[in-house]
Amino acid sequence: MSKGNLTRRGVLKTGAVAGAGLALPTYLSAQDSGFTNAPTGSTVTLGFNVPQSGPYADEGADELRAYELAVEHLNGEGDGGMLNTFSSKALQGNGILGKKVEYVTGDTQTKSDAARASAKSMIEKDGAVMITGGSSSGVAVAVQALCQEAGIIFMAGLTHSNDTTGKDKKANGFRHFFNSYMSGAALAPVLAANYGTDRKAYHLTADYNWGYTTEEAVKSSTEAMGWETVGTVLTPLTQTDFSSYITPVLQSDADVLVLNHYGGNMVNSLTNAVQFGLRDRIANGKQFEIVVPLYSRLMAKGAGANVKGIFGSTNWHWSLQDEGSKAFVKSFGTKYGFPPSQAAHTCYVQALLYADAVERAGSFAPCAVGEALKDFEFDGMGNGPTLYRGDDHQCFKDVLVVKGKENPTSEFDLLEIVEVTPVDQVTYAPDHPQFAGGQLGSCNNGA
Amino acid sequence: MDAIILQILNGLDKGSAYALIALGLTLIFGTLGVVNFAHGALFMIGAFCAVTLSRLISVSHKVEIPGEVDFLGNQATRDVPYIYSIFGETAGATIIDWAVPLSILLAIPVMILIGVIMERGLIKHFYKRPHADQILVTFGLAIVLQEIIKYFYGANPIPTPAPEAFIGSFDFGALIGFDPGTIIYPYWRLVYFAFAAVIIGAVFAFLQFTTFGMVVRAGMADRETVGLLGINIDKRFTIMFGLAAAVAGLAGVMYAPITSPNYHMGMDFLVLSFVVVVVGGMGSLPGAVLAGFLLGILESFASMREVLDILPGLNQIIIYLVAIVILLTRPRGLMGRKGVMED
Repeated sequence: MSKGNLTRRGVLKTGAVAGAGLALPTYLSAQDSGFTNAPTGSTVTLGFNVPQSGPYADEGADELRAYELAVEHLNGEGDGGMLNTFSSKALQGNGILGKKVEYVTGDTQTKSDAARASAKSMIEKDGAVMITGGSSSGVAVAVQALCQEAGIIFMAGLTHSNDTTGKDKKANGFRHFFNSYMSGAALAPVLAANYGTDRKAYHLTADYNWGYTTEEAVKSSTEAMGWETVGTVLTPLTQTDFSSYITPVLQSDADVLVLNHYGGNMVNSLTNAVQFGLRDRIANGKQFEIVVPLYSRLMAKGAGANVKGIFGSTNWHWSLQDEGSKAFVKSFGTKYGFPPSQAAHTCYVQALLYADAVERAGSFAPCAVGEALKDFEFDGMGNGPTLYRGDDHQCFKDVLVVKGKENPTSEFDLLEIVEVTPVDQVTYAPDHPQFAGGQLGSCNNGA
Repeated sequence: MDAIILQILNGLDKGSAYALIALGLTLIFGTLGVVNFAHGALFMIGAFCAVTLSRLISVSHKVEIPGEVDFLGNQATRDVPYIYSIFGETAGATIIDWAVPLSILLAIPVMILIGVIMERGLIKHFYKRPHADQILVTFGLAIVLQEIIKYFYGANPIPTPAPEAFIGSFDFGALIGFDPGTIIYPYWRLVYFAFAAVIIGAVFAFLQFTTFGMVVRAGMADRETVGLLGINIDKRFTIMFGLAAAVAGLAGVMYAPITSPNYHMGMDFLVLSFVVVVVGGMGSLPGAVLAGFLLGILESFASMREVLDILPGLNQIIIYLVAIVILLTRPRGLMGRKGVMED
């Protein structure tokens, strides 16, 4: 055998050396800059991890629309949207730190393992420097933990459970969306004013993390107002027909039904409750009422006329008349032909907040970005003056109490804002019992 | 007592849906020997027949609303269905209101067609393959069908209300001497139960009293001998597949006002319906109906707060628990025949 001949062992050796050589620049660049996926060229890649399949795919599609719009605005295209109203003027419409923004997408499928896998792939294969999105608290908690380990900033999408910035909070994770506690604190006074303080409530609760924290929050807020909780029943997440859970309500002495359900669960349980005549019922000498703590316009559409007159809370609504909301609705509506959902809003804002924090920090390094976000106060993003609290990385802002509209004028005009609850009323101490048990830990730059 | 009556009523309509799906499943299994995991998808497609017809007859044109603007500040418009200009506003609105029952007329031919295409196009190639292969291919087909529906209709549930006349509930309590308002039951669920009873009765009558049904029953008992008599049993079995698809589809159409249709609803029913078939006895039509109602009622009772306080989580496992007990005590199910799935 001559020296020049190819051998199996030789090919393997050469391949291994060549592979290591090719991988070295990426590794060294990460080592040099001191953090995972440090952008080296003229572009920076963001990872949008949204449900593109599964039960929340419609919300995921709206989140993706919002992210695409945010990328346009960050790169100086379109009308600039909320960049024109944002109180911070660090962003110039020339990308982030002069680097053009590009993005990759992942499909969370609203399953924790799938969401972690897609986030991991975007970090390891596509070099995403930040992960954002999602429409479930289970997914948010799982992806947040992954980003913490990987040394990547996680800007949560729609996640409402207390745990995301409570017992499962992480130094690399940030949430703009409101939470269960805030819903309870905002709703209770409105409920007391409309339905009185002598009420007996029966809770049907989705049997998972978000359901538990929402039930706890609404229960404690309403009980503090004088309501009595006469029953709480957990319902399986896969339940489609809630009739067997609704009928025991008829047998109880409750005069209010609280549906701690979201998505398809909410649509079906509310539809069933209305079918069983609960809204026409008189109990304890009072009109029977139904409450849905977390509303979403996309869900309200699914429930049709059944939402009329029913109270709930929401993070944002397209009918708000502040300059930020108007600018965002105009950009989004012109591009897509319909108003954005609250999921779209929170995702758009999170993308801008991240970009702004990088500009202010002058670095993509997660710890520097985290420092810039901590205790950052801003305005012009649709929710009034807002604080990104450093203690738990939760945004504190006004909360909207809404009601299903009696006479909708269009398929988007389903909710009306009843009250804008001031931020002070929904603010809590970082060590509040509903958020106890977790530590932010220290930030991780990875690499 | 009133709570018990209420839960029995509850179980009856859920049981009706289980029974209708399980009836089709066991019909296909009994005739063609195929374990059809795509049967839940047929139920879902039936529900979407209601959504489709409702959308078709509501196709509208835009009419400007003078003096009003939309969310972008442009001239506001409202949708006026074309059907108003054909039948007048009152008659047009009534037709739209009755979209769900009218969808039955659309669903029957559509579902039979889908059933026949499914059987001739795909499933017949798997007759001689092991049951595991049949399960895999039909399960895959179910996923494809549900993704197609999601592509066109989105992932969120679509409200498909019952006609105005059936909205509201019936006060049973007042009728049978209980306090008014203690036993109330939605009208549409009563309609669903009656509809299911008629469909089940019609399928049994068709198999029992027609020559076609007699041949099919003979084929189920001994396919080879029927074939030797010169009867084309395959053709009849294909028609039975179409019929089973139509039964699942009709169950779905009428279920649309009870649960807003979404692309995943078939899967939610499929697993339970399989348990119903196994509990009732593979290939037994009366067994499927009996087990459907039995498990529907048991599931209702297990969801009561009084029960859950003693045994938390029972509502999620009751059906499987009963299935285990029945299979341990009666391995062929409640009304299973000897020799089915025992080769």
